[in-house]
Amino acid sequence: MKIAVCVSHVPDTETKVKIGSDGKTIDTSGVNYILNPYDEFAVEEALKIREKDGGEVVAVSLGEDANKETLRKALAMGIDKAVLLKDEHERDSYAVAKGIAEYLKSYEPDLIFVGKQSIDYDNLQVGGLIAEFLGLPSVSVAVKLEYADGKLKAEREIEGAHEHVEVTLPCVVAAQRGLNEPRYPSLKGIMQAKKKPIEEIEAAQAESRVKVLGMKKPPEKQPGKIVGEGVDAVPELVRLLREEAKVI
Amino acid sequence: MAKFQGVDYFDLDDVLEDDEILVRNTVREFVEDKVIPIIEKHNRESTFPKELIPIIGELGLIGSTLPEKYGCAGMNNVAYGLVMQELERGDSGIRSFASVQGALVMYPIYTFGTEEQREHWLPKLASGEKIGCFGLTEPDYGSNPSGMKTRAEKKGDRYILNGAKMWITNGTIADVAVVWAKLDGEIRGFLVEKGTKGFSAPEMKGKHSLRASVTSELVLEDCEIPEENLLPESGGLKSPLMCLNQARYGIAWGVLGAAMACYHTALDYSQTRIQFDKPIGSFQLIQEKLTHMVTEITKGQLLCWKLGRMKDAGTLKHTQVSMAKRNNCYHALEIARMSREILGANGILDEYPVMRHAANLESVKTYEGTHEIHTLIIGQDVTGIAAFT
Ligand SMILES: Cc1cc2nc3c(=O)[nH]c(=O)nc-3n(C[C@H](O)[C@H](O)[C@H](O)COP(=O)(O)OP(=O)(O)OC[C@H]3O[C@@H](n4cnc5c(N)ncnc54)[C@H](O)[C@@H]3O)c2cc1C
Ligand SMILES: Cc1cc2nc3c(=O)[nH]c(=O)nc-3n(C[C@H](O)[C@H](O)[C@H](O)COP(=O)(O)OP(=O)(O)OC[C@H]3O[C@@H](n4cnc5c(N)ncnc54)[C@H](O)[C@@H]3O)c2cc1C
Repeated sequence: MKIAVCVSHVPDTETKVKIGSDGKTIDTSGVNYILNPYDEFAVEEALKIREKDGGEVVAVSLGEDANKETLRKALAMGIDKAVLLKDEHERDSYAVAKGIAEYLKSYEPDLIFVGKQSIDYDNLQVGGLIAEFLGLPSVSVAVKLEYADGKLKAEREIEGAHEHVEVTLPCVVAAQRGLNEPRYPSLKGIMQAKKKPIEEIEAAQAESRVKVLGMKKPPEKQPGKIVGEGVDAVPELVRLLREEAKVI
Repeated sequence: MAKFQGVDYFDLDDVLEDDEILVRNTVREFVEDKVIPIIEKHNRESTFPKELIPIIGELGLIGSTLPEKYGCAGMNNVAYGLVMQELERGDSGIRSFASVQGALVMYPIYTFGTEEQREHWLPKLASGEKIGCFGLTEPDYGSNPSGMKTRAEKKGDRYILNGAKMWITNGTIADVAVVWAKLDGEIRGFLVEKGTKGFSAPEMKGKHSLRASVTSELVLEDCEIPEENLLPESGGLKSPLMCLNQARYGIAWGVLGAAMACYHTALDYSQTRIQFDKPIGSFQLIQEKLTHMVTEITKGQLLCWKLGRMKDAGTLKHTQVSMAKRNNCYHALEIARMSREILGANGILDEYPVMRHAANLESVKTYEGTHEIHTLIIGQDVTGIAAFT
């Protein structure tokens, strides 16, 4: 079994995001980067399948040199090899997926994992687009997987329920929180990762289809108001919710 | 409270390798997820969180500088130091467990042991399957272990051990004790296994410090061990002191973690606690404390970082380790106390980690050579005059 896991290099969840001077990108100075949390579930699931059924897992990341840090973490968790698809320029989800799909055509994986979304721009598109470019079935928001006899059974999270689906390989699976509990990279894993190669390939060219015009922060939150205490305050609270906040 | 993101006022990340940073961040995450949520309960009940041992082993946090061939990670000393720092950010007891097992049990087996002893013990100790302890201190001999009373006597193909050790970390839960005893007047190291006749390790109770760590007595009454349990390359006081030097190195880093936890808590508290209509962080007296804390943490980090690079290069002097141990323990305790002050009455509650760290650091300042003993070690080094007696 050949498994590919697409990983992205994203600002830490604790980052206080500042908009860059061009008004269209985020200011990256002083920002800590991490392996996208949803991709961690993807990495873990790929490793679990490899541990059970054997094979090879490759991690693929499209972007700058800095993405190597994220690839190293994936290697330290136990991934066999890593590929950096190099491109210094900003890409939209379409162009990212296109670049990755072009590489995967040559790698020919049986199973492709992505995280449900990348927590930087939250487009939730890459998995579906890769599947489309490769003409493969895709399963999004997967919270449970079972692989046997060339078929993959998955549970997907849908509003208020789980949907059970089945697909044939090759296919694309987008991992959702709950799929597993990602392992910590062990110190031995980190040492071994130093010896594993990161292959660098120029990413296939692709035009972005979506142009970012600008970014704006939401308006500052207004301070809360204490209307009163106890039962006596309820009518006033209801009035304010109806007339001022207009939420009921 | 804001998530702990380390203290790095002097951009030390800049001089760390990527894999060192990854090691640190991994252990930080482990401590955040698995240690901090359970530690106050263990501290209250005075129990060691044994449930963490398998995962500490799996992560490779025990004896991580020893070779891969024995199931260890083969990391450099800076990465090892960062592991100690992050573990002690959780609790000094957790760091003590890893320190003792790695630096005081695995290190002497690796350094003074036979290949057979290494192959038998090191992989199991590294994985946490077996636990070890280090018995040097005695009821009447703490700072001057050279006077120890514990004796070994050769009888046929066996050694007979008699004596008592005290203050031994992990003692009661240990599968193997590295016991230091005099054989024909010379200090040697012996491996005493749990369950050996004449050997017991009762736990010491009533500690106000390091409550989430097991501390024990070791009692040896005509305790017979096979002759192959001698660590053959050990000889003289120098041998246990070499072990202590390893552990002191880890402590110098470790206490920075405790200090960071306290500073982080106090800084956060100072920004949200309102008195006299202002956050207390806006008062000069509070700012002076915070400034002092972050400065001392930064100085301690610089000491440790250089210490680690020298250790890797093999140029480290034991007096330099003494300086870092002495300085960093002193200031970590001072920082813990200052944080306690900044938190006012809240500082005494176990809802916050500061009082636990402050209490723990009292032990850490004492074990592995007290503050005074390290003062004398450096004093002797700079003046050329020993002032111990
Ligand atoms: C929680 C805990 C865990 C421990 N774990 C271990 C362990 O795993 N293995 C182990 O072998 N030991 C362990 N120890 C023991 C520790 O190493 C000793 O407590 C330490 O060496 C000091 O010895 P002591 O307590 O007998 O104090 P003492 O040596 O009696 O010292 C008392 C005081 O006198 C001072 N003093 C002593 N001599 C001089 C001098 N010449 N000049 C000036 N001042 C002096 C000391 O600095 C100290 O302030 C542990 C201790 C604690 C508290
Ligand atoms: C065990 C215990 C028993 C107690 N018993 C009683 C009791 O019986 N009755 C009772 O009424 N109270 C009692 N107290 C409360 C005690 O008096 C308060 O804790 C104390 O007054 C400090 O208040 P605080 O804890 O709210 O700290 P805070 O006032 O929030 O102070 C926090 C920190 O900010 C500093 N600070 C505050 N203002 C300034 C400023 N302007 N400039 C510089 N620094 C400043 C303080 O010195 C402190 O370091 C008790 C407290 C404890 C711990």
